[in-house]
Amino acid sequence: MISKEEVEHIAKLARLELTENEVEKMQKDLSAILDYFNLLNKAPSPDKILQENKLGGQARKDEILPRNASLTEKIMAAAPDKKDDYIKVKTIL
Amino acid sequence: MNLTELTIKQAHEGLKNKEFTSVDLTKAYLEKIKKLDKEINAYLSVTEDLALAQAEEADRKILTGEFGMLCGIPCAIKDAILVEDQKCTAASKMLENYVAPYNATVVKKLREAGAVILGKTNTDEFTMGGSGENSAFGPTKNPHDKTRVAGGSSSGSGAAVAANLACFALGSDTGGSIRMPSSNCGVVGLKPTYGAVSRYGLIAHASSLDQIGPIAKTIEDAEIVFKTLSGKDKMDATSANFEFRISNFELKGCRIGVPKEYFVKGLDPKVEKIIKNAIKKAEDAGAEIIEISLPNAEFALACYYIIVPCEASANLARFDGIRYGLSGPKGYPAKDLLDVYLKSRGKGLGPEVKRRILIGTYALSSGYYDAYYKKAQEVRQLIRQDFEKAFEKVDMIFCPVSPVLPVKLGEKTDDPLAMYLMDIYTISVNLAGLPALSLPAGKAGDLPVGLQIIGNHFQENKILSVAEQIEKSIKF
Repeated sequence: MISKEEVEHIAKLARLELTENEVEKMQKDLSAILDYFNLLNKAPSPDKILQENKLGGQARKDEILPRNASLTEKIMAAAPDKKDDYIKVKTIL
Repeated sequence: MNLTELTIKQAHEGLKNKEFTSVDLTKAYLEKIKKLDKEINAYLSVTEDLALAQAEEADRKILTGEFGMLCGIPCAIKDAILVEDQKCTAASKMLENYVAPYNATVVKKLREAGAVILGKTNTDEFTMGGSGENSAFGPTKNPHDKTRVAGGSSSGSGAAVAANLACFALGSDTGGSIRMPSSNCGVVGLKPTYGAVSRYGLIAHASSLDQIGPIAKTIEDAEIVFKTLSGKDKMDATSANFEFRISNFELKGCRIGVPKEYFVKGLDPKVEKIIKNAIKKAEDAGAEIIEISLPNAEFALACYYIIVPCEASANLARFDGIRYGLSGPKGYPAKDLLDVYLKSRGKGLGPEVKRRILIGTYALSSGYYDAYYKKAQEVRQLIRQDFEKAFEKVDMIFCPVSPVLPVKLGEKTDDPLAMYLMDIYTISVNLAGLPALSLPAGKAGDLPVGLQIIGNHFQENKILSVAEQIEKSIKF
């Protein structure tokens, strides 16, 4: 069984605020799910590990692509807190 | 003639023969949505003004005589896919007021083809779920029995097509999210090969598995929509150079694999009977039925529920209350930056999303990475190899979509593991990146059961062609 402290620690790493009740529920749920994962200990290991290329995907050139100004405006409009064309954040330190 | 009962093909013929206009069609759907959707909850938002404007535009195109199969056809879009200037909530409080700044590539393609967008459909929050009950805005009800789930995560898309609240719909499928609601609601759903359809503009869940695909009334309709959606997109580096061609592949002589590991304890006998009957029909039509083995099938669920939360925990890190979405919720003022993250995510995300982020963070954390994530990746390779071996002997695989009939609303919501177990037949397909569809194969009482047909990579044409022949032979 995963401990309450472990759940709280992971939640902090994941930047999730949990209530007392949530911590308790997650402790129960995560324990059951992690127990189930133990099934994989029975799984064989592949003869050799293939390099992952079958999923496709290529890196594109790191270049600036032209976009409509209206897109920039719409993206900025979605920011919850801003001043002019800057997104405001709370103090870090 | 009831306009909302028409297939894409029939509606297209009607438009061509001037029996009705796209505005007539669109209005018929909008009226039906107003009348029925309070009960079903398939739509999270109805884009009435947009739909009517698009229908008028389509009618002008139709007048010229030159128009494609989807021109003027009303459809619904899963609310995890962006439609420019419309809300896109992913059924989460986090994005309750988020307005999409651009069109997903699939939406752009549908719009270029002249399709009319009726609205955005319900889903499990951030597409995480198999029943539709994880929506922050209430579950979608199964049109065949409103006390039961529609299946998820593309719950609204499945229910909308089944209840004639859209002619077709788009869903997305990370571990069964197109096939499950299609099976539960008695409609056709196609999860394409990984890379066959661009995901640009789909809110990411688990990027090595996510695919967008059609939900429709018939195989022919699904094929029409898939043809429009598929192909390379420069905005999605994982999209493949693939041109879909409709082709005939005869059911007679087709080698159909039936995995012995899938017909075991846990499969509802009512579901098994319907699936076995469909397999028998294929055999009667001249297909060769071959028992196959997927020896690592028993590990698929554990493998999937490690890889998906790991990818999701990274993908959902973007919801931080800074650039968009819920931020420092009212009544919970944040004191510093960390507090903004904690509170925005704590209040904005629902229980299943939190659960998956926690599992993913745990499995990726120092000391656990090898035991969970690395092991799961190895097992994923084994699962893919199982299918490779199977496709040396067979052309396609037949099996159920779900081991059980659509469950009662609330029946499994307290037990996440029991909920995950319902995905047992659909997740391997995503782990291996294969195409698969759900075809209505029969009913147990009022409840539909879907036959799953799995094909080899980029062989959508084969599974669609065979499915169409089976569709004709199964009448219920």
